[in-house]
Amino acid sequence: MTWWERAYLFEIVRGLSITGGVFLNNMWRWVSGRKGALTTYYPEETRADYAAHNRGKHILTQRPDGSPQCIACNLCATVCPALCIEIEAGFDPDDPAHPKSPSRFEIDYSRCIFCGLCVEACPEDAIRMVKEVPELPMYERRDMWLKGEELLNWNPQRDVAKPYPARGGRAVRGPT
Amino acid sequence: MIQDLVIYAIFIGYALGLLLTFCTVLTWVERKQAAIMSDRIGANRAYIRIPFTQFRLVWLGLFHGLADGLKMLLKEDFKPRSYDRLAYALAPWMAFTPVLLVFAVIPFGGTLVPGQLVPPLAGWFGDRSYAMQIARLDAGLLVVFAFGGLTILGAMLAGWSSSNKFSLLGALRAGSQMISYELVMGLTVLGLIVIYGTLDLTEIAAQQSGTVLGFLPAWGIVYQPFAAILFLTAAIAENKRIPFDLPEAESELIAGYFTEYSAMKMGLFMFAEFIEIAIIAALFTTLFLGGYNLPYMNDSGFVLPGNHAVALSHGTVVVIQLVTFLAKVLLLCSFQILVRWTLPRFRWDQVLRFAWKFMFPLALANLIVTAVAVWAFQLMNA
Repeated sequence: MTWWERAYLFEIVRGLSITGGVFLNNMWRWVSGRKGALTTYYPEETRADYAAHNRGKHILTQRPDGSPQCIACNLCATVCPALCIEIEAGFDPDDPAHPKSPSRFEIDYSRCIFCGLCVEACPEDAIRMVKEVPELPMYERRDMWLKGEELLNWNPQRDVAKPYPARGGRAVRGPT
Repeated sequence: MIQDLVIYAIFIGYALGLLLTFCTVLTWVERKQAAIMSDRIGANRAYIRIPFTQFRLVWLGLFHGLADGLKMLLKEDFKPRSYDRLAYALAPWMAFTPVLLVFAVIPFGGTLVPGQLVPPLAGWFGDRSYAMQIARLDAGLLVVFAFGGLTILGAMLAGWSSSNKFSLLGALRAGSQMISYELVMGLTVLGLIVIYGTLDLTEIAAQQSGTVLGFLPAWGIVYQPFAAILFLTAAIAENKRIPFDLPEAESELIAGYFTEYSAMKMGLFMFAEFIEIAIIAALFTTLFLGGYNLPYMNDSGFVLPGNHAVALSHGTVVVIQLVTFLAKVLLLCSFQILVRWTLPRFRWDQVLRFAWKFMFPLALANLIVTAVAVWAFQLMNA
């Protein structure tokens, strides 16, 4: 150490001026209406720089008539390492092309680890993950069970690769 | 007689309110300042919801201090199987009370003439005037050091009666560190006493109202810049804060001498620390930064250089003096927090070596130089 550094006081003054400078700089930014910190107020704010392939909240893709494309095959629930997907299959004898559909589809976001295996397992491209993660924080754990209704409708997407025509005369089923 | 009682009751209420407010506000300032210094936002979630509405008062997280206090009051008061219950229960109060008492001798304003301030009461008060201070003692500085030295008892008692080796080590460290730095603190202040010729803090503050060389304010820091730096360092060490927080070094001793304390007893130690920040700032302000004095201002108004006098009413002067004192104290508190969040902790041997081999000789040298200078000055004038 040089004598300057060993005198201790000057180096302390230098350190204080650095931290104090950061403080004043940030205070000035705050006073002039900008944000000094890099922190994002989650969940009030969303970061703009999520990657395009970020694994966020799930969606269930829709058929043109608005029903879920899911065929209730349970593959996603089987592969899910967190065991957080629950599916109950329903049967519709009037629709020979797609007789099975989920009468109940729920994801427990308090346990979901966002690994994306359900998306890979799905043979129908019925479940996807998008980069946004809106409205996931809850005050109660039981509120974190997201129903198929919300998964289907919070960010409605259709599968362009499978343009099923809506069959005329058939009542459009609502997502259950 | 009864008038004196009323006035001093008001002073005591003001001082208590001031210190307790400082204590809660400083916890917030510490959090926020540390956050802003490190590019974070800091605590901003606690809120008070106005009853029957959804309107939430957040106020930049100011209520986190309240939430902390409430949490400490409601927590389980754990008691260790100690052989000395009395000392264990007494220790937080021994640490907390003297810190509050120190403020009794610190003048937080100039002279108050109640008859002039509130004309309807002029008949009752007559022309009595009061120095704005709870107790005006001739030995004010000695009282400061006497009570300041008492806090060490709290730390020692806490460490001894906790039946915990971490606590005991912390208490030992606290004891040796506080004694060492108390010495340095006393020596640095001696220089000021030589210059001002009095131990009375009111008198010391009053003597700092003029100017030196025509433009510099006659503050202690102008006469004794070295002593000011040494005093502040020693005072921070007295308060056991980073970089001198060896007695409660988390990474070595968990929480040092108050490891075994929980709930509000631990809270008292924390409060004592935060109040001591304010006390140190108030002492430093009084001794080195001119107390309640603004440059070019006296009890009747401003006297700017070139004999431009601006007369102010008594009420305005009192308010300006109170606000000046508070502003200086707040700035110094903020500076202490800046130091606390900037410097790394010393090693234990470095703390004592720094006290005895670096600061103690410097303080002595400062005292000798001051004494010689004052003596020479008196010789020249005689």
